[in-house]
Amino acid sequence: MSWRKKDMTGSRKNLNDMQSITKDRISKEGMMYLFEKNFGRICQNDTKPISEIRGKALSSFRELGFPNKRMEEWKNTDLTESLGKIYDYNFDPVSGVAGKNIFQCNIPHLDTAVIGQLNGWYISKDVPLIELGNGIIMGSLAEAMVRYPAIVEKHLAKYAAFGNNGLTALNTAFAQDGVFIYVPDNVQSPKPVQMINVIQYTTDIFLQSRNLIILGKNSRLSLVHCDDSYNHEGSFSNIVTEVFLDENSFLDHYKLQNLNNNSTLISTTVMQLEKAAHLDSHFLSMNGGLIRNNTRIDFQGNDGVANVYGLYLMDRKQHIDNQVFVDHAKPGCTSNEIFKGILDENSSGVFNGHVLVRKDAQKTNAYQSNRNILLTDTAKANSKPFLEIYADDVKCSHGSTTGQLDSEALFYLRQRGIGEDSARMLLLYAFAAEVVSKINIPQLRNSIEDMIKKRLQGELQICEQCVLHCTTPEHPIEFNIDVSKI
Amino acid sequence: MLLSIKNLHASINGKEILKGINLEVNEGEVHAIMGPNGTGKSTLASVIAGREVFDVTEGEIKYKGKNLFKLSVEERSREGIFLGFQYPVEIPGVSITNFMRTAVNEQRKYRGLDPLPAGEFLKMMEEKKKLVEIQSNLTNRSVNEGFSGGEKKKNEIFQMAILQPTLAILDETDSGLDIDALRIVANGVNTLRTKENAFVVITHYQRLLDYIVPDYVHVLFEGKIVKSGFKELAIELEEKGYDWIKKEFE
Repeated sequence: MSWRKKDMTGSRKNLNDMQSITKDRISKEGMMYLFEKNFGRICQNDTKPISEIRGKALSSFRELGFPNKRMEEWKNTDLTESLGKIYDYNFDPVSGVAGKNIFQCNIPHLDTAVIGQLNGWYISKDVPLIELGNGIIMGSLAEAMVRYPAIVEKHLAKYAAFGNNGLTALNTAFAQDGVFIYVPDNVQSPKPVQMINVIQYTTDIFLQSRNLIILGKNSRLSLVHCDDSYNHEGSFSNIVTEVFLDENSFLDHYKLQNLNNNSTLISTTVMQLEKAAHLDSHFLSMNGGLIRNNTRIDFQGNDGVANVYGLYLMDRKQHIDNQVFVDHAKPGCTSNEIFKGILDENSSGVFNGHVLVRKDAQKTNAYQSNRNILLTDTAKANSKPFLEIYADDVKCSHGSTTGQLDSEALFYLRQRGIGEDSARMLLLYAFAAEVVSKINIPQLRNSIEDMIKKRLQGELQICEQCVLHCTTPEHPIEFNIDVSKI
Repeated sequence: MLLSIKNLHASINGKEILKGINLEVNEGEVHAIMGPNGTGKSTLASVIAGREVFDVTEGEIKYKGKNLFKLSVEERSREGIFLGFQYPVEIPGVSITNFMRTAVNEQRKYRGLDPLPAGEFLKMMEEKKKLVEIQSNLTNRSVNEGFSGGEKKKNEIFQMAILQPTLAILDETDSGLDIDALRIVANGVNTLRTKENAFVVITHYQRLLDYIVPDYVHVLFEGKIVKSGFKELAIELEEKGYDWIKKEFE
């Protein structure tokens, strides 16, 4: 066995610390071994119920292992290469990484409460858990397990089922930290919360953070969740986010992904909606080596609304896979999915939308749409919208198109004197605009418009200094990482 | 001479459509090209505008003395060639305002001019909207998306008014128009006529020529101009129908 021959400068953990390194390509056995060796650290904050969940999840993972291409839901996304690397695994927060100015590039003019995560660990200047005057609690999940065990136990691992999903089982068994947000009944968050998960490490890293977002009855929250990377090292992120929307609550959710080409991101988001809850969810994928978004929406009360929008702009050998499962278990709910993708060079995109309308879910409205533009002969799109309906009084429809840029429209624009490059840009941007226009926060919409224009012109790439390439970082936020406070 | 077409042959997918067109257009002139369906009228317009699906197999086109085939689609436009589309394309997500601002500024850049200040651009838009009597809010909508047939054609004339071309080719701009829309379209064209520019009006019916009076009328049949004359020729065609031409030619 040979260790990689990369430059080992920086603050990388001791190479001899075998317990923190996956020894060979990632395997089920290797992960089981890591768990055993680091049991004490993984479970240090566990209450009894959480410890039990971990045990069950570990058994499930032992049974299921990692997904492979023989599984129907993974046949278009191959993890072999991602799993074939050697990664560092940090069972303690990583110290010594230059954190100064790392979050300087949040959305300009957007006044948000920022929660920072570095390599999956919550970081803060001095407080691991912020308790706002209005009762909102946000911060580290690890700290919430200690301070608010009753809330955490009530919701953790209750929505993201792990019995049939190896990666969710693995995350559930290993999860140590992540973001915890609790909005009490009748409280409306006055400003958006921005979760920024940055990956910055000196070598390839494997991380599994776990996020828990709870919205009480009649509450309201805007949440901007960013996954970014800062350097070109590889990473494998297996992130699970559980969201609970109690009766009549409203969540405006944004998932912004801008990662380097050596990254693998498996982002599982499970959202449970109680009666008349309303969810707007936006998946905006700008860059990433391999991104898999597993999104599940469970209507557990009547009259819920879920709008799920997706936009992905991929090039090189990037791969994006959006799996959206909507469970209409109760009557009168509305789900609306619009996913659009622009695939350039050798990139590939997958959309699998599955809407299940159960027998009792009468008066369901469900719509699914996936449209792709392929800019080259080598870009690929695989699109499968799928409706499974057992109720008889429903309105459901779906559509899928994949094609080239409209040559008639291109000619029309050029005939008016617009150069070919500008005309292509205008059309691509117009294609994306349908999804962008759904962004409810004006400053964020402007910023995303700007990012998309840069992305389409090939100017937005991950960068050592600044992932978002903001022109005016007006709200520089500094985090000094104090490990003792994590 | 503004436009000179000599022995133009063009084909699509190996099928020859234009079989030796000759046409000369000077500044200040209005030419009408008439003829039955499927004889190559739209193909001629497309070839002049530079649509790439057509292969020019023989002949030449000179525009302002230059070889037109050496210019790209956008360069032809920036040199003053405008095509009014028979079927204007819908472009969801691009507003007319944004479209025209981009077009005007790219054209200005080509002429070495700075972008038009936003205020001046909007003022010009308002003026031109009045000319073609289009609703004020139409320009905030996506280009042609959900427009009625009449709105689409008025939008073509509106764009022409903004870009002020030297040579405008209007491809069946009258088709599908009611009498009011036809009058508005024609009025737009007549207002824009000067001694410096020229129009080639392609039409199937003589009706449009009651409103836009041509200097010359040409009949295109089976890929060739088989008859040329003055405005009286259009009236004769209306009376006798195209069968008369067909018989004479065959």
